[in-house]
Amino acid sequence: MKRLLPLLCAAVFSTAAHAQEEVKVGMLQGFTGPTESLVKPMALGGEAAIQEISDSGLFLGGKKVVSVRGDSTCIDASAATAAADRLITSEGVVGIVGATCSGATTAVLNNIVRPNGIVMISPSATSPALSTIEDDGLFFRTAPSDARQGEIIGKILSSKGIKSAALTYTNNDYGKGLADAIQAAFEKTGGQITAVAAHEDGKADYSAEVATLASAGGELLIVAGYLDQGGKGMIQAALDTGAFETFLLPDGMVGESLTENFGDAIDGSIGTNPGTDSPGAKMLAELGGKKGFKGDDPYVPEAYDAAAVLLLAMQSAGSTDSAVYKDHVEKVANAPGEKIYPGELAKALKILADGGDIDYVGGTALELIGPGESAGSFRETIIEGGAWKTVSYH
Amino acid sequence: MEIANAFALLANFVIVPATAYGAQLALGALGVTIIFGILRFANFSHGELMSFGAMVTILVTWLLQMNGIGLGPLPTALLALPVGILATVAMAVLTDRFVFRFYRKKRANPIVFAIVSVGVMFMMAGIIRIVIGPDDHSFADGERFLISYGDFKKLTGWDQGIAIKQTQVVTVVVTLIVVAFLFWFLQKTRSGKAMRAYSDDEDLALLSGINPERVVLIAWIIAGSLACIAGTLYGLDKTYKPFIFLQILLPIFAATILGGIGQPVGAVLGGFIVAFSEVTVTYAFKRFLAYLGPDGWAPDGLVQLLSTDYKFAVSFVILVVVLLVRPTGIIRGKVI
Repeated sequence: MKRLLPLLCAAVFSTAAHAQEEVKVGMLQGFTGPTESLVKPMALGGEAAIQEISDSGLFLGGKKVVSVRGDSTCIDASAATAAADRLITSEGVVGIVGATCSGATTAVLNNIVRPNGIVMISPSATSPALSTIEDDGLFFRTAPSDARQGEIIGKILSSKGIKSAALTYTNNDYGKGLADAIQAAFEKTGGQITAVAAHEDGKADYSAEVATLASAGGELLIVAGYLDQGGKGMIQAALDTGAFETFLLPDGMVGESLTENFGDAIDGSIGTNPGTDSPGAKMLAELGGKKGFKGDDPYVPEAYDAAAVLLLAMQSAGSTDSAVYKDHVEKVANAPGEKIYPGELAKALKILADGGDIDYVGGTALELIGPGESAGSFRETIIEGGAWKTVSYH
Repeated sequence: MEIANAFALLANFVIVPATAYGAQLALGALGVTIIFGILRFANFSHGELMSFGAMVTILVTWLLQMNGIGLGPLPTALLALPVGILATVAMAVLTDRFVFRFYRKKRANPIVFAIVSVGVMFMMAGIIRIVIGPDDHSFADGERFLISYGDFKKLTGWDQGIAIKQTQVVTVVVTLIVVAFLFWFLQKTRSGKAMRAYSDDEDLALLSGINPERVVLIAWIIAGSLACIAGTLYGLDKTYKPFIFLQILLPIFAATILGGIGQPVGAVLGGFIVAFSEVTVTYAFKRFLAYLGPDGWAPDGLVQLLSTDYKFAVSFVILVVVLLVRPTGIIRGKVI
């Protein structure tokens, strides 16, 4: 035992010394639950940014950064809270990338982030309610609020001269929030929503819902749902009964499986989803190909940017203390300064270390506005000959 | 002209879909009522039995499609249906041999049987999830429409069209054939008469030399066949979704009780009444009234009694009202 003790002490001290060199970042995502397939590439994208910064050897004088995963589950607010609590109190993370869903994010923000004063950046929580929530300047998101998508849809519809539309949404927080935003924006431009009907996912038959909407009429049907779920069923029933021929499809409905299903039967339908023509998106896809993650999957650019901005803000502040670096998040994300694209994080670290300014563009053409959320850039598409075609970016 | 449009509108959104749905419910309710008539318990596993039958039919349909065998304009599933029926009957008879017979020998209370059938339901649901998974499958092929909305409009020159899907026609035709055959079997054949006698008075039937095990076997064969046909037609007309068959149990039971438990004619009647109530109560009559009213006039609201979210509430209300007012059902049946 006498001979072992010094060895043990040495081991303990060496790990302690090692830990001092390492900065831990929490990756709080819905690894299990309804978003699990979405989250896998997202987490890899965020961790790629962390790895890039860690490997550069330039972060806060050569510190290493590691990611610690926590499961926010998407629908179970208490599990998300417990996971965030573990990340902060037992792992000692200095910032969090997460959570995935709006409900879990709200719970973590109220119960853990604010009491502990830790910065959190969500890549995918899009509820409009998070724009006005009390956050002590600690919460940011690299995804745009659904209110913004509603405004863009209102603008697209009025520019096409559409005066009336029927609206259906998937009966959950996402669908309801988006539907409210679309209705408010469309009515502001002088349009009329003839009827609003919720639909439940996972039913075999949607003819009753479509019958209601058909009775109210409208030039097209706005379907704020999911393309593999009720949204598809609503479109099928609307086409079968001849109730509607064209549709407006927000982000949850834009995907290849929709055009594979319906082909040119829904020609002329309009889609909107987050997207940008900035070179950053392409660069991230290429970077992902080299580093083994899918850079163009949904919300992967947002996750990469969330992790990058979090760490760049620390570099800019020269500190890992949330109270200090929270004021630097918007500074590194917005102009003025040198534009930073994916894969150029080492360059950004160097500029910041030398006291320069950066304007982080990243994979999503990131621009933080208002209460620290992405201004959001949306892609407008149209279905022609049974395929999605990009019309413009908003 | 306006009246023709109003009729077309109603036919397109109410009459055609409700007729197909009613036929599917009628077939389901027939299966439940026959098991109740012979074995005297509410079989909660009937919904999953429908699902099981539809699943086997889908698997065989896929096999046929892979080999390029089809029925031309008719869905391939009709060709696969006999195999599905055999598998479902085997499933029904095996559960009876290994589960229900044990309780029958013990002369267990009907409520024990009902609870046992809930257990069987969960077991079958598990098997289905293992074999085909929880996802939905669309397996209708051949011609999609008998007449599509656009074609109907072109043909008649009306403002409103009536779309009649091929699967809706198949559903109604198959239901007519099956129901006619079943009634012939129950009225005219020796086995059918034996079943009715057994259902009427068990002891008297035993004294007349009717073999109870044979009657029970035939009852399960009929129930299994009906379940498979009903499940396949429902999946063909809408989409096959394993989770649905738990929900559809409610309207099926409502139809059974409304028609009179143990009464085949009542089950068919109940199926159609429940389907038409569900669809009309949740339909918005705004445009229909606009056609009938003066020119340029339309009601301000949607003229909808219940939001479509409450579709299943209609079955519940029917169930509760029938049990309170006339527990025997329309055609005097047994009382649970």
